[in-house]
Order: sequence, then C-alpha cells, then structure tokens
Amino acid sequence: MTEQMHEIELRVNGVLRTATVPSRRLLSDCLRHDLGLTGTHVGCEHGVCGACTVQIDGRPMRSCLMFAVSARGHEITTVEGLADPDGSMHAVQQAFRECHGLQCGFCTPGFLTVIAAYLRDHPDPTEAEAREAIGGNLCRCTGYQNIVKAVLRAARILNEGTDAPVAEEAPR
Amino acid sequence: MTITEAPPAARKKAAPEPPAPRAVGSPLPRKEDLRLVMGEGRFLDDLGRDAYEAAFIRSPHARARVLAIDIGPALGVEGLIAVYTYQDLPGRLAEPLPMLIPHPGLTHGRTGYPLAKEYVNHVGEAVVMVVARDRYAAEDACEKITVEYEPLPPVVGIENAFRADELVHPDVPGNVAGHVVQETGDARAAVAAAPYSLELHLDIERSACMPMEGRGVFARWDVADGSLRIYSSTQTSSGVRAAVAAKLELPLLKVECVTPDVGGGFGVKIVHPWPEEVLVPWVARLLDHEVKWTEDRREHFISSAHERGQLQTVRVGFDGRGRILGLDVDILHDNGAYTQYGLIVPLITSTQLLGPYKPGAYRVEFRSLYTNTVMVTPYRGAGRPQGVYAMERTMDSIADHLGLDRADVREANLIRPEEMPYDHGLLFQDGRPLVYDSGDFPASLDKIKKLVGWDEFAAYREQARAEGRRVGIGLAAYVEGTGVGPYEGGHVQIETSGKVYVATGLTSQGQGHETVFAQVVADELGVAVEDVTVTTGDTRRMGYAVGTFASRAAVMSGNAIALAARGVRDKALRIAGEALGVAPRKLEIVQGVVRSRDDPAVSIPLGTVAVLSNPLRYAFDEASKAATQFGGTPDHSRPPVAEGDEPGLEAREFFSPPRATYANGVHAVIVETDPETAEITVLRYCVVHDCGHLLNPMIVEGQVHGGVAQAVGGALYERMHYDESGQLLNASFMDFLMPYASETPVVEIDHLETASPMNPLGIKGAGEAGVIPGTAAFASAIEDAEGFPITKMPIQPCELFRLRQRFEAGEIPPLRRRAGAPNNVDEELCQP
Repeated sequence: MTEQMHEIELRVNGVLRTATVPSRRLLSDCLRHDLGLTGTHVGCEHGVCGACTVQIDGRPMRSCLMFAVSARGHEITTVEGLADPDGSMHAVQQAFRECHGLQCGFCTPGFLTVIAAYLRDHPDPTEAEAREAIGGNLCRCTGYQNIVKAVLRAARILNEGTDAPVAEEAPR
Repeated sequence: MTITEAPPAARKKAAPEPPAPRAVGSPLPRKEDLRLVMGEGRFLDDLGRDAYEAAFIRSPHARARVLAIDIGPALGVEGLIAVYTYQDLPGRLAEPLPMLIPHPGLTHGRTGYPLAKEYVNHVGEAVVMVVARDRYAAEDACEKITVEYEPLPPVVGIENAFRADELVHPDVPGNVAGHVVQETGDARAAVAAAPYSLELHLDIERSACMPMEGRGVFARWDVADGSLRIYSSTQTSSGVRAAVAAKLELPLLKVECVTPDVGGGFGVKIVHPWPEEVLVPWVARLLDHEVKWTEDRREHFISSAHERGQLQTVRVGFDGRGRILGLDVDILHDNGAYTQYGLIVPLITSTQLLGPYKPGAYRVEFRSLYTNTVMVTPYRGAGRPQGVYAMERTMDSIADHLGLDRADVREANLIRPEEMPYDHGLLFQDGRPLVYDSGDFPASLDKIKKLVGWDEFAAYREQARAEGRRVGIGLAAYVEGTGVGPYEGGHVQIETSGKVYVATGLTSQGQGHETVFAQVVADELGVAVEDVTVTTGDTRRMGYAVGTFASRAAVMSGNAIALAARGVRDKALRIAGEALGVAPRKLEIVQGVVRSRDDPAVSIPLGTVAVLSNPLRYAFDEASKAATQFGGTPDHSRPPVAEGDEPGLEAREFFSPPRATYANGVHAVIVETDPETAEITVLRYCVVHDCGHLLNPMIVEGQVHGGVAQAVGGALYERMHYDESGQLLNASFMDFLMPYASETPVVEIDHLETASPMNPLGIKGAGEAGVIPGTAAFASAIEDAEGFPITKMPIQPCELFRLRQRFEAGEIPPLRRRAGAPNNVDEELCQP
C-alpha cells in the first residue's frame, strides 16, 4: 500500500518552506526531519511534557499533537526563530543563560517558545504568575527555580533593557 | 629544542596586566548555553537524517515463552528494509549481555539477550528488531508481525519474589540474585543488651530517572576503512565502545563512540550496552548503511531501568540519650528481571545508610531479588535515598520513643570533625574501605536548624493547630561517597593560535562540564575561560575513561584536567624560559601570555610557545617559521626534541584516588497537610550542603535545585504502578506524575565548604546530593504534621487519607509525643 503524499507549504520562522508528507506526519517530525529544524525536541509524544512546543500564529502549541498538513497556512515559530535576524538572542534566551535556567537543554526550546509568547501578552508578571506560566512544561533537571527567575529577568530585559539582576524568589 | 635568541614577540613592550580574577568559584554563565538556547544543540535524534530507523517489538507479557514469530505479513510494508530475531544473531551477539559489575555476593547474576532467546522476563523486553526507511514504516511493520507467546505466571512485588512460589529464572533458587552481609561488632548482641530497642518495618517504592530525552543510538559503518562510529545518548562512551567492539568482534581501535548533547541521564544511561546499542551498530555494518534508533517515552518506561524499591527491617538498640548502640538492618531489594548493573544499588544502600552517624555495632544483610519487571539500576542517589530513609526513620523513632528532640538525637550520634578520617570498618560500593575523609557534621546540623528555624517551629505548629491547620517539620542528613574510581583522564593542548583544547572521556548530561572544566584550566594555565574549549565523551579525543555517575565528574575529570593543565604549564614555562632567557620559576602566565615576574615586558604569548614546542621541517604560516630548522638560533649540540621530551604543548594526566571522597548535608522541609483532602503542600525546603570547594556555585545550586525536585517527585508523586500480572499501568507522562513547577518548592540553600584532602582541587561531588535525603525528610515532616508514624513512601494524598482513616480506627498507634506519653527517658541514663 502506498501512502498518499501531500505537498505542503509552511511559513516557518518567516521563511516559506515546502515539504512532501503523508497526512499522518506529525508537525514535530516534519520540522525536525523534513525541514532540519532540530531545535524542537520531542520528549513524550503525547502532549504532556511540552518540549516540542512551537508557536503557531504566535500561540504556543504542542507540535507532537499536530499533523504537518494541519499547519498549512499558519505562521510557525520554532526556537530557531526566536533570536533577532542579526543573530542576537531573544530576551528569554539571554535570561535563561544568565539565570542558569537550563541544564541538559532538552526541554529548553519548549520553555523558550512558551515564555516568549507569554511575555508578549503579560509583560510584567509577578513571581507567582511566572511560575504559573511555565506550569505546562516538564523539566527534569532544574527544579524550575531558575526558570521562574529567567521569566522575570526576561520581562525586565524586554520592559526596561535593564541589567539589574532579579532577586531570589521567596519561598511560597 | 633551544632558541637562544628571543623571538620577536618577546620584544614588544607589554603593559603590565592586572592579575585575572579566579575563574574557579565564580558563578560564570555556561558556555554550552550558547548553542542550547538557540536550538543549536545536537542531540542523538538530531543526527542521521538519512539513516534507516529501527523499531522494536517488545514483550506484552511479564513472563512468557516465545513460541513462534511470523514476519510474513510485514514483508509487503512499504519502506521495510529488514527484520531480525534472536535466530539471526551471530557469534557473541547471541550471548547474554555482559554482567557489568561482578561481585562475589552476586551469586546468581543474570542478563538478557539483545533479542529474547526463548523466554521474556518483563513487559518491554525486545523480541524483534525492524529496520525501515523511517520510524513510521518500521512501526507499520511491527504491527504486522505476530509473536506467539505461552504466558507464564509472573513474579511481581518484593514479597512475592521472596516467597518464591514462582521463579523468575528457573535456575535461580529463591529468586535471590545476590546476598551480602557486612558487620562491624556484634550488632545483634548490642541491640539485645541496649537499654531501649525498637523494630521498624519500612517500605519504599520504585521510581525512575526519566530524563527528558530517552536513550538512542546511531551508527555509521565505514566499509572502506572497516571502522564503526557510534553515537549514543550514554553516560559512558568508553564503556559503549568497549562493549560493542567485543560484541561485534572488532578491534577497539576500529570503533569510536561519540556522545552528542545528552538530554539528561540521572543514572539510567550509565547502563550499557543496551540491546539497541549492540544491535544498531551490527545492522549498520550488515546493511552498510547508517541506522538509528530513538527511544520513545513508552519504551523508556518499559525497557530502560527503574530504581528505589526496597523493604527494610531495622532493629535498633539505644541508650537514654538516643545514642545508637547497635543497628541491625535487613533489606529486601527488588532488582527486576536482570542484574546487568550488579548489586551496586543495595551495596550503596547498605553502606551509605550510616550517614553522618556512628551506630556502634552495625550489621546489614541484603537480598537482591528477581521480579518480572524492568531491571533496577542506579537512579540519582543510587540506593542512598533508601538508606537515608531507613536511618532517618530510625532516628525519628528513637526521638519519639524517648520524648527527645529529633535534632538532638541526631546530634548525639554524629561523627565529630576531630574523628576524621572516620573508618566505618565496611567496604563501600567500589570495593574499597568506607572511610570518611572530611566534613563537619555538627556544623551542618547547626546550619540547617538555623536556616529552617528548627527551634521556633514548635510554637508555629501549635499556633497553626489552633487555627485548624496541620503543619510539620522534618529533617534528614546524609553522607555521599562521591568521586569513586578507578580513574579519569584529562588532556590539555595549547594550539599555535593560543587557544586551549581540553578533553576528558566521561560524558555530560547537563552538568555544565564544558564551563566548569574550562574554569579549572583557565586558572591553572592563566588563560581566559573564553579561550578554553572542552570536549567530553568522545573516544576519539580520550580513549581511556570510565563514565559519569556517582557524582564523580568534577572530582575525577576536574582533577585529571587540573593535573594535565599543570603539566602543560610546566612545559610552557620551560620553553618560554629558554626563549626569553629567564628561569621558569621567575615566569608567570597572565591572560595567555608568559611573562617575567620581574619585568612583565619580557613576555611571549602561549600561542608562540606552542609554535616553539613543536620543531618543524615545514612552516605553515608566518609564526611557525620560528620553529623550523633554520628559524631561531638552534643549539646544535642537542637534538631538536630532547630525550624524554615530546613535541607539542600538551599533556595528558590521569587522576586515580585511593578512595571516594565524602560529601554531606542536611535537608529540612516544612509541609502543610490539608485536614480534609490530605493534600500535602511544601511550605519550605531548606538545604545545607557540603561538597568542599565550589567550582561554580551557580551550577552547584542548580544541581541541588534539580535534585530536590526529583526528591519531591520521589516522596510525594512518582511510583511505578505494576499490576499483579506485571503490566506497568502508568507508563506515560499522563500517569507517572513528575513534578511541574506548581509542585516544586523554592529551595533555600546554605553551603559549608570543608575541603576534601583526597584531591588537588579539594572538591567533592555535588550531582546527586539534592535528591538523597528528600524522601526521609518528607516522611519526617508528614509524620510530624499528622501525629502517626509514616513507614511507606512515596505518599500521595489518597494514601495519607487512608492512613488517617486507619489511625482514627485505632489501627495505627499515635506518635508518643502526640499521645501525651510521658518522657520515656530514665533520668539516670541521661547522665553523660
């Protein structure tokens, strides 16, 4: 049996890309293996861990729960597309590095895409809100403490361009 | 080589540079983050875009005989390349996987085959390997293949394994893989003779490492060269290389193993070779095509490894101050279906159980038992969380029995700093004496009491109770043998560009080795951290290595690299001294330039020293002309490379300490339990941690945060839910509850830095510490909040709820301190 293939056009990180995929091809596999954008990672294949999160029209979505053909006509942003065109880091990427918000780095692209979208709508989160914002992503390395810190730090960079460090989070 | 005339570089007038600040001890941002946050990391499944992909048919039965395999229906699947079963395996591939750690106590060690031979012994065991153009096609083919099984009654659970009505392996009597007894003094007599004694029955369940990236292997066979390159998401590239070379009967020198970025390990990836790690390279050679296998999450649950499950019986004798006089511990350990990683976990439990305490006489006996479940191999902490749980539950019980403060009972049993080094008279997991090298345990305990507000808590608890709230405090101390041998190596090379390249053989899974080791080298050599590039886990760069486990990377590789850097430094000073006409002892290296201490203008960059270190026939650029036979003013009385010397500005050193070095710490946690729903909330989590000198405090604290998160998971949420037929019912992230940010507390940390005398950098391992005492501390705190003993962990709200019901029905006795029991201490016995 030969599978029916679909020619699809996807706009990924501002660039029009084409791929030929069967209808069952997951968006995560298409991005990673057809388009070579391996920054998006797959941690559970069932939509729980959030490592595969990309932005679809600016909103965070699990690319392992979406077919590539369903992404036709939508604007996709992966971790590779967060930085400025000149290659300088997005505030969230910079904050993750400054705050040690990552260890192995496998879950990180999912956090970065989630947080970048979140901060666009919530430019000045409290600590509790920052923690809530990352509540749908799993990380097995960091214990989240420095990720929360990185959310606040990124907000500050975006809002003020200040270099003042973020205070330690108080026990809840 | 001797050059009597200084090269041009030395003539430049150098401005005196201020001494660079030390890199070691600074919270430097990590070098590896530059690629990882940009999506430019390279993990296993990011490689091999054109590789064939493998998928496996795995046993759906916990115990069964494989009767027949019908691959016929799969043959029409588009994209199918090949199907393999046990019958196809040649030579040594058809033998059982290696028994990695033979131990005299492992009397009945058993390992599986790469593909099941006749029997399967757990759900998830690989039976058929399918290779196809991509994973989709490979899984299509798997669905078409039928395997006929004769199901056999499985052995699930420690009690069933011990009862041994059924045997996992018919030739292993009693299901006992190994049995070890260690004893110092006559513990049973000491317990019997003690003024007070107690017996505890404790239970701790399975969890698992669950790195966000599963296992994976990608192999490339070079038919012209007859060589194999393996990429594996492993914690030991040298181990994988040796095992695959042996299995495929290839010379070691024709096999390379490269570890790419690894998405977490936490222990599970130290096991090797996995069936897939030998099968994928074998097939790559057979098909002369790149082949890859990437583990999916369900496979990770049912075919990798778990940890933690034990039943413990503790008999303890003590005096009126709570000092332990005799401790007699029996452990039943569930090792799953196989013992590929030997008895390491129960060996560590049985020795590290002692923690910072001196128990008088001690006897420990464990049996490691087979069950028809996924095998048990080290998970961060590696048996220590169970040992600390046993010891700290015992401390709390003693305190409650005597009506004493829990911290005071611990204090009374601590080894004092002046007793270091302290020899327990036992053998540790590495077969070497259990001798603590350093630590100030009373200071650690004192610090945690202050940090958490121990002495003020009783008043807070009463106040909360008056408000209808239940809060409790718990604490737990541990000692962790870190940096076990046998060795690691470091290679440091300064290139003519002045850049420094460092290699060590062990691997990285997020610990920041590229940064930390660069910090070490920067200080040793006097170069900028930015100029140092570190490679780990690549057998092309360092063939001799052991692996990343047991909180050993910083201790072992850090010190090996420091020693190698010192070797390079000595050589650089010698060559520069000859070039500058200055005695080496009067030279220093500052920001990559060797200069005279007396006159910084007399200087030579390290890159130029590297040029001079390698006598050349052929110049390759302007600078290298100075090293050719007609460059400089050679001393014709000596050979270009002196006897005993080698060309190049590089050095390789190995670090091999006689024993482990012991880190320690204490955790304290405050919980609130909901009086109605039994929900358990963490109010505060405090850590005091002593890992000697901190190489990068930011990274050490990150390790502690992550360890604590796993401790929270292990204490309150995570378990492997096997049913009686050996099916793992919660093999997904939907059902196996790992903590999200909403479940993970903020960790408050205080450090103590007692330097290790066991290594040049004075450091101890830090990777596992965060997870070790968590379960014990939570049990202590929940017990304190509830007023009845907690003896089974992890504990979820539903279990706490049921315990409350049983407590109210009188089936569980209250803690004595809640029952209003009189102080049980005989005043006379209290006298010191």
